[in-house]
Amino acid sequence: MLGIVSYGGYIPALRLERKLIADAWGGNSIGGERSVANNDEDSITMAVEAAVNCLNDRKREEIEGLFFASTTAPYQEKMSATLIATVLDLGRELTTADFANSLRAGTAMLKTAIGLVKSGSVRNMLVTTADCRLGYPKSDQEQAFGDGAAAILVGDKDPVATFEGSYSISNEMADVWRNPEDKFVKTWEGRFVLDEGYTAHMKEVVSGILKKYDLRPEDISKIILPAPNSRTHRSLAASLGFDVKTQVQDPLISNVGYCGTAQPLMMLAAALEAAKPGDVLLLAAYGDGADAMIFKVTDQIGKSINRCKMNTLLENKLMFPSYVRFLSYRGILEAQPSEPFRLFPSATVSWRERRSSLRCHASRCKKCGCMTFPVQRICYHCRSKDDYEEVRVSGMTGKVFTFTRDNLAGRSDDPIIIQTVAELESGLRFYAMMTDCDPDSVELGTPVELTFRRIYEGAGFHNYFWKLRPVRKGGTN
Amino acid sequence: MGSIKDKVAIVGMGCTKFGERWDASLEDLAIEAAYEAYEDAGVGPGDIQACWVGQASAPLIGVGGSTIADALKLHGIPIIRNENWCTTAHIALIEACIAVASGLYDTVMAIGVEKLKDTGYPGLGTGRGMSPVLEARRTAPGSFGLIAKRYFETYGLTNKEGKELIGKIAVKNHDNGSLCPKAHFHNKVTLEQVVNAPIIAWPLGLFDCCGNSDGSACAIITRADRVGSFRPDPVYLKGFGISMDSLLPHLRPGFDWINFNALVDSSRKAYEMAGIKNPREELDVAEVHDCFTITELAIYENFGFSPKGKAREDIDSGFFARGGGLPVNIDGGLKCFGHPVGASGLRMTYEIYKQLQGKADLPERQVKNPRLGLSHTFGGPPQISAVAILGNERG
Repeated sequence: MLGIVSYGGYIPALRLERKLIADAWGGNSIGGERSVANNDEDSITMAVEAAVNCLNDRKREEIEGLFFASTTAPYQEKMSATLIATVLDLGRELTTADFANSLRAGTAMLKTAIGLVKSGSVRNMLVTTADCRLGYPKSDQEQAFGDGAAAILVGDKDPVATFEGSYSISNEMADVWRNPEDKFVKTWEGRFVLDEGYTAHMKEVVSGILKKYDLRPEDISKIILPAPNSRTHRSLAASLGFDVKTQVQDPLISNVGYCGTAQPLMMLAAALEAAKPGDVLLLAAYGDGADAMIFKVTDQIGKSINRCKMNTLLENKLMFPSYVRFLSYRGILEAQPSEPFRLFPSATVSWRERRSSLRCHASRCKKCGCMTFPVQRICYHCRSKDDYEEVRVSGMTGKVFTFTRDNLAGRSDDPIIIQTVAELESGLRFYAMMTDCDPDSVELGTPVELTFRRIYEGAGFHNYFWKLRPVRKGGTN
Repeated sequence: MGSIKDKVAIVGMGCTKFGERWDASLEDLAIEAAYEAYEDAGVGPGDIQACWVGQASAPLIGVGGSTIADALKLHGIPIIRNENWCTTAHIALIEACIAVASGLYDTVMAIGVEKLKDTGYPGLGTGRGMSPVLEARRTAPGSFGLIAKRYFETYGLTNKEGKELIGKIAVKNHDNGSLCPKAHFHNKVTLEQVVNAPIIAWPLGLFDCCGNSDGSACAIITRADRVGSFRPDPVYLKGFGISMDSLLPHLRPGFDWINFNALVDSSRKAYEMAGIKNPREELDVAEVHDCFTITELAIYENFGFSPKGKAREDIDSGFFARGGGLPVNIDGGLKCFGHPVGASGLRMTYEIYKQLQGKADLPERQVKNPRLGLSHTFGGPPQISAVAILGNERG
């Protein structure tokens, strides 16, 4: 049976009240709050979060492919999927590709993955998507956009939802676009974008798939309609003949925002979390045309797995204190530089250290069992040489052993770095910065987990590593 | 291990004014320290047969010993540069002493010099160690700050009690520094000021952190059997100890952040060579590595000055203050004298040297009839510790 084997979403912990944006410009708030990627997050790190959530305890070596879709990949040239795959500690025999340049890249990727698995080319495919697009300062988009990610594992065994069919239309128009040099999303006149672009094509693709598979709106348990704003979403759902109260998946606009390429799969993940066996889900997504897909939920959906739910992610939030800092975090406003870095990145160093710094491998001495991160060739304890096995520790939890709130080490717009030494499982010590937390809440013994983050820009490329964060409230189910 | 106790002596020393020496280059600082040492020893550049240079910061590829060769025109002799974190100058001194003790040289120079104030920023910058990502945001205060909370927790101190305890060390060292003309800072502070100062790396506040200074210090060393031709009051090397530990103890299983092997090993080796059984009783004066107040606290207990967990009693009783049982950092320490990294070990040794000669610059700073003094630097924590014990009597 072909379909969705697992799924997971990710919403950054930081949220910005839209009123802060509106007040800064003397305008009106569209209400609610939006998610904001932290200054150590980007589309790659968010995709990793979602993928970890999706894979949970599954054996990583079983994964045969990884796709990544985004319009905000950190590199114009250099694959993101390969980095994500390495961080997830997947094998080397792997099909990888990036999907880009369209808000429909997420569903295009999902459809392609389904096709590949169906063809027998791979037995499964992990698809990941993340976006952190920027609207012009003061624009409605700046308020409406959010940052987020989702991952879906497509496979041919024990799906939680079977793939029932798809329908796609292609359309060419300059409604929403970004040139290579553009930081902010450009659009044509609003009514053209929403009426002739979004609404017309979403209607066409939903009607088209219903007709293709001889279905009526009442046959659909939940319709998933990612939308640029709440009003457009409501009117589209109603005009298609769906009951807005019972049949329509929450578009996450009020509390997260429109997360671009990632939005369809984030909503799909949320829909699956609430689904019952037998439910029929219709996913439609817009961008240079539209894709629609139908999934039928199986009884595998009830299986308890280790996953951080979208609701938990929504609840674990840190309110972002100011609009100015948001601008600075996104690089729109250049804040005073902090003290310079004295360790210069090097592509060769990064490459040599990839087993530890990306795959998060520790060494476990085969003689005495001593575990150390990063991999040590000579055991700290018994000095055995080259007699160790590598252990992935990125999924471990632990407790703060000691810490300090360092005011010198941070960015000037985020000055406090919680230098943390944590003790993880098996007495493994891990030294890292703490992220996504109120600095004053950290204490000795605070439970922590690992999260993959962007550390800084240097040598012309992005440098990533692991950080610690307090274990999220509500945890996993 | 062998011993070079009483085999070599320091016969001349120099030390610059420490501080923000905007007007002085690295070369100017070296000249200032070296020529004071020449004069003190009654020698000139032509008498120097080899030179050990301590300099911690340099461009990526380094500058070797050539800065000193060119500044002092010490061409044609071996000049060996040492970089070993904050112990840089101490190790230059100890290596120079070992070379003299070997009999190879009669008279050598050890000089430490550091020009920190040419970088354009007030701190030491962010990132230390080897890994660009793992250690990208590591700083000195952030590294030493990790000790504090473990100490407080282990010995049952509340954050307030802990902060006051280390704060008293700052008050003492500022009081000492106020009397020291060559020190970077001369301001006295109250405990209230210390605990309420802006936080640098909690719980370390501004006054828990040492100064980032320019400076240089220099020693002229000769064999003990030759001191007669130099001066009546040479200072003998009684013992030394160096111990290297880990750059990243953060990763070492079981490391408790209170007991530092480098401190214990380096002091034990130095005590053994010097024949010291009870350092608390036998030492008359000590200059230890107070880069941060918490470091000085850890040193008290790892050096055997105070029993484990009991330094609080000695701090409260004034045991380490001027006029106390064992005055520590009587020149203000790194805290107030300043910390030009590669010069500090020799600056501390300069103070011990002057104290043992009874020649402290101000009479109120002079320890009464000292015989044995200790100087110490500690890079890390807890990468490396170096101890030198000096005495004014040849045993």
